[in-house]
Amino acid sequence: MNMQQAIKMTAAETALVDAYTAQIGDLPGDGAVLSLRDTLVHELKTAGLPTRRVESWHYTDLRTLLRAVPSADPSAFADRVEPIVAGSTVLSVRNGEADLKSLPEGITARSYTESLLDGSAVAGLAVLGSDDAIGRINVGLVRGGLEIAVAEGAELEAPLEIQIVQSHGQAHTRFPVSFGAGSKATVIERHLSTNAEASFVSSVTDLTLGEGADVIWIILQQQGPADTHLGQIRFDLGKNAKLHLFVINAGGKLVRQELHGRASGEGADLTLRGINLLGGESHTDVTFTLSHDVPHTTSTEIIRNVVFDRAKGVFQGKILVEKDAQKTDAKMSCNTLLLSDEGDFSAKPELEIFADDVQCGHGATVIDIDHTQLFYMLARGIPENKARAMLVNAFVAEIVEELEDDETLVEALEGVISAWLAKHA
Amino acid sequence: MLEIKNLHARIAEDGTEIIRGLNLTVKAGEVAAIMGPNGSGKSTLSYILSGREDYEVTEGEILYNGESILELDASERAAKGIFLAFQYPVEIPGVATMQFLKVAMNEQRKYRGEDELTTPEFMRRVKEAAAELKIAPEMLRRPVNVGFSGGEKKRAEILQMALLEPKLCILDETDSGLDIDALKVVADGVNALRSPDRAVVVITHYQRLLDYIIPDTVHVLYKGQVIKSGDKTLAYELEANGYADLIEAAA
Ligand SMILES: Nc1ncnc2c1ncn2[C@@H]1O[C@H](COP(=O)(O)OP(=O)(O)O)[C@@H](O)[C@H]1O
Ligand SMILES: [Mg+2]
Repeated sequence: MNMQQAIKMTAAETALVDAYTAQIGDLPGDGAVLSLRDTLVHELKTAGLPTRRVESWHYTDLRTLLRAVPSADPSAFADRVEPIVAGSTVLSVRNGEADLKSLPEGITARSYTESLLDGSAVAGLAVLGSDDAIGRINVGLVRGGLEIAVAEGAELEAPLEIQIVQSHGQAHTRFPVSFGAGSKATVIERHLSTNAEASFVSSVTDLTLGEGADVIWIILQQQGPADTHLGQIRFDLGKNAKLHLFVINAGGKLVRQELHGRASGEGADLTLRGINLLGGESHTDVTFTLSHDVPHTTSTEIIRNVVFDRAKGVFQGKILVEKDAQKTDAKMSCNTLLLSDEGDFSAKPELEIFADDVQCGHGATVIDIDHTQLFYMLARGIPENKARAMLVNAFVAEIVEELEDDETLVEALEGVISAWLAKHA
Repeated sequence: MLEIKNLHARIAEDGTEIIRGLNLTVKAGEVAAIMGPNGSGKSTLSYILSGREDYEVTEGEILYNGESILELDASERAAKGIFLAFQYPVEIPGVATMQFLKVAMNEQRKYRGEDELTTPEFMRRVKEAAAELKIAPEMLRRPVNVGFSGGEKKRAEILQMALLEPKLCILDETDSGLDIDALKVVADGVNALRSPDRAVVVITHYQRLLDYIIPDTVHVLYKGQVIKSGDKTLAYELEANGYADLIEAAA
């Protein structure tokens, strides 16, 4: 027993540390990677998982909420599934193992396990701060993922679907992705589970957008009802780069999706859209930070939440406007349709502005189904259940429709939403 | 077709009685006009007939084809053929008009045990009905009633009515906000639906609409009661003399 250990470890903390200990010698990495893993797991062991006393985890007391962690099962096998948008290029990572295949021109990919083994991954493994529990867990246990590069000027015709499928046990993946100058792509990062058995997933994505890159990145989280999903996406937007980042949470029991980015080149633009479909006893947290570092950058953030049953949701959004970042234009809103008295949604939008010539605003609302609209639909012969589902759907579909340039993508995402609602409403 | 007997109803929330012993009979094939000053309870009556839960019936009966409809919810009443053209049609952002129409038509068909419409058949019906009512295809691409002008909303109500082919059509001030050309289009739409097995209740407080949709009977509603019934000449009398004399006589 370690004498520094001030607190008794929880079952989940013990399970995570044990998972590491059990895999020592088997986890990929060169000397630098292995020593970093060791340091971070040691920190996890001594500091424990974050509690509500850590500001960024105030609404998601991970130490209390994470009751158990299923043990890693290297023999777990998950089947590949059809992509959400027909005709997509699929790269699948099943139970942490990358499945590489021939890719269309303009994209190259290699297994992230190799980057760990040759040590090239180490620079990207740094945690974001002392409260970066997701980073710590992930670095400690990551086995694979994909390193993807989209070439300068490449315009991908079909969407790329990175499919992270898990049956049970644990998966810890990482996806550094770079988009060359002037490239254009739609990528769907899709996390799903093939059954209802508990799995524990941590996944970190790191996006770099070169000058003028134009990217739609969709995180579609469809884990099982017993799953823990700890996701993190980091992004850096170069000059005139445009990122439409869309997070859809439609599954999982305990979910935290962090989004941390910076607009580091003039003219950079972020569109963040989030849909949280929450039901059962789940707890879902979307935590976003964006730093506008330079002048003339823009961002809009719209989060729409639908809460059924005893589900709990959290949105924390923090926009930082640095002193030099004049002419920043940022608008953030978080709207919740609360459909159950026992459900709950906490929204904490924050602006921290150090520049004086900016346009920034935020707002949060909680609403119920509009009774006049409901009656109008009933009066046309639409049964109440169906009418409610259509109204809930309308509340979130509005922001999916912003992707109207790609009709098949819109239809696919609307399909995910209506399927979820059909099951929960 | 419709028999309302000694109906009393109040606002569920605060208990205010709005309909106070109303009697009205409308036969199949008939066009009945309901007139009356603002605030007399015309819209409330139309909501109660279509099943809005903000109102509570405390006494009396509503029989539709001989059966009480009080236990049916709004969607069941609609599927049985009761249609209300709203005085203020409701905007529903995020719900596409075409989807709305298709779901409404098919849900009603399902309720009645009929086959759902195929997409081509649905499209054909909508196109045809929209053309009759001079509704531009662009309007149908918008969400339900969103961005429609007042007149467009009223025409969209008549389009829904034409597509749903109800048996009892209730039009609540469908004429308000319409210029004379739009009024004619709407009246033509309603007249096209007149048939021996269908009844139409036209709520209005102007006689103007009744020049285009000629009623068989006219009923004056005041303070939640029908205070006078007659034929279409009653509408002309009201136009010439106003409601004051009638109200005094009833008091
Ligand atoms: N839901 C309601 N809440 C409050 N007052 C109502 C409600 N519905 C109707 N009323 C009142 O009932 C009376 C009749 O209204 P309404 O039926 O709209 O009259 P009309 O359509 O004849 O002009 C009015 O005084 C109106 O304010
Ligand atoms: Mg009225």
